[in-house]
Amino acid sequence: MSDGGNGAGGGPLLSVEGLVKHFKLDPKGLFEAPPILRAVDGVDFDVRRGETLGLVGESGCGKSTTARLVLRLIEPTAGSVVLDDVDVLACSKKELLALRREMQIVFQDPLSSLNPRMSVGNSIAEPLRFHGIGDKVDRFDRAREFLEVVGLSTDYYDRLPHEFSGGQNQRVAIARALILQPKLLILDEPVSALDVSIRAQILRLLIDLQGRFQLTYVFISHDLSVVKRFCNRTAVLYLGRIVEIAESESLYREPLHPYSQALISAIPEANPDGPRADSLGGLEGDVPSPISPPPGCPFHTRCPHRMPVCSEEVPALKEVRDGHKVACFLH
Amino acid sequence: MSDAVLKVDDLRTHFRLRAGTLKAVDGLSFELQAGRVLCIVGESGSGKSVTAQSIMRLIMPPGRIVQGGITFRDQDLLALTEREMEDLRGNRIGMIFQDPMTSLNPVFTIGEQIVETIVAHTSLSGEDARARAVELMRLVGIPEPEGRLSDYPHQFSGGMRQRVLIAIAIACEPDILIADEPTTALDVTIQAQILRLLSDVQKKLGSAMILITHDLGVVSAMADEVLVMYSGRMVEYGDVKTIFRNPRHPYTQGLLDSIIKLDDSRESELRSISGLPPIPIDPPPGCAFRDRCVKAFDLCGEQDPPWVETGTGSTAVCHAVAAEEAAP
Repeated sequence: MSDGGNGAGGGPLLSVEGLVKHFKLDPKGLFEAPPILRAVDGVDFDVRRGETLGLVGESGCGKSTTARLVLRLIEPTAGSVVLDDVDVLACSKKELLALRREMQIVFQDPLSSLNPRMSVGNSIAEPLRFHGIGDKVDRFDRAREFLEVVGLSTDYYDRLPHEFSGGQNQRVAIARALILQPKLLILDEPVSALDVSIRAQILRLLIDLQGRFQLTYVFISHDLSVVKRFCNRTAVLYLGRIVEIAESESLYREPLHPYSQALISAIPEANPDGPRADSLGGLEGDVPSPISPPPGCPFHTRCPHRMPVCSEEVPALKEVRDGHKVACFLH
Repeated sequence: MSDAVLKVDDLRTHFRLRAGTLKAVDGLSFELQAGRVLCIVGESGSGKSVTAQSIMRLIMPPGRIVQGGITFRDQDLLALTEREMEDLRGNRIGMIFQDPMTSLNPVFTIGEQIVETIVAHTSLSGEDARARAVELMRLVGIPEPEGRLSDYPHQFSGGMRQRVLIAIAIACEPDILIADEPTTALDVTIQAQILRLLSDVQKKLGSAMILITHDLGVVSAMADEVLVMYSGRMVEYGDVKTIFRNPRHPYTQGLLDSIIKLDDSRESELRSISGLPPIPIDPPPGCAFRDRCVKAFDLCGEQDPPWVETGTGSTAVCHAVAAEEAAP
């Protein structure tokens, strides 16, 4: 598609700027304006080729909406998304279809994203059929190959999803996402529904595949330990905005935003010398509603360091040291 | 060991299915001491929630408690009539479930639901019951409780709904609180608030607590004692520091090794337990973990594993541990 610059090692693979998604809700009364839910409210980030960027935050922070906007599964209100020098938002329907071969997504719950009546082999082959690639025999062979790629026996081709465990179905979902050999794979809570003893099997597989197929990942999770272990860089979201983004090591070693600090200190650690419940960190209060977010910094209502300026102006996301950006008036 | 408020002895809760008998809980014994927090930990299908439901006698057909004893103080819970059991539930034994939205009735106000419990189990009524409800809501950290009494569950956030459930569970100052994955549906900063609250009310009331979770971080923050379950059976029991520092059962060891910790580096090995847990439908004799176990030997497939009091302080149910302990 882009014969001008396949630029491996050049610019970022994905570039997101000023991304906004406002959902219009049903008005409360006949003459009232519809309330606006600000799901994503101005998000900028780049994803470099071959890296894994983590998006973390609590429910309602806009991480999954951001993923769907990047894939254009939903239409943004404003902003730009550029994948490999192609402006995703300017694409026609036909161009978008072609572009989807370059970017795929794996969801949290494989059982609800796989067709319960379709054999797992046919599910894996389905994207090839949809894009009109190869004949029936080619597609069958290719699906068998990808069963093996994700560590499943080719004997399982005719099984149905309900005959599989959660971990096995997640392998199927990964194979289906990879069969078109995309450049970008968005992983939306891919291990959150799995048992602890199985989780690492899937993470190891994903790391393996990333090397083997030169994949770039966007990894969405609410589990900070997993994000830190798995992602080169991490972006922390709160109420539709990125409040901090940095190399994962740097972010966890020295979180700068008070929200990142609270998020990290709230995790109970599986450690006999770790904090007991009464000394767990954390925050008072709930996340404000994205329908009427607080003015100024979205976090100021819960922030232990708030200053007068925080309720008046929105802090910009700015670089405070090498590659470490934070949106906070303290810095 | 004499101050037990609850004794569970060889509990077996089975479900008769078309495919066979699902032995969800199969030979579980433990004691809960007054004022202590016992965490029951295990993965999905390990039988931890069925254990809680068995204690509350909430098992529905095709499930049935086929054997065993559950003794609360000196009462045999399995011998009580349904009426007597109703008196006990929500009164002497309070329960908190994972999903507060489904355990609260959407068509009644929060106030009505708290007051209902108070009226059912105490001599309070009318204004006194209302006043008690407000007091409870304040105790569990619901701001402006008087104003929120007439709100409906959907007007509360997930964390606030869980606080309401805790208020209901502690309304009668129960001897035992049973909490089944109380923070699993919550965000991490809200989870921290609820864990702090649970720990706080448990200490204030001096209740004993059974906390069921799959999250070893929660175990580490809350437990005095830990019971690890696998496929309907106990595999290891001990105090929390012993279980984390000196796990002896290969499953406990594998589970602890599988946790991804915040201070793990990007280069650290990602460990897991190979294979999948079995579904205990008509399980064969022997240890349920043997197919995934790195220490399994012939005996593990032939005989049920013995209970071993280890020299390191825990009780492990394992042939390999028995052999290790017997070795000089």
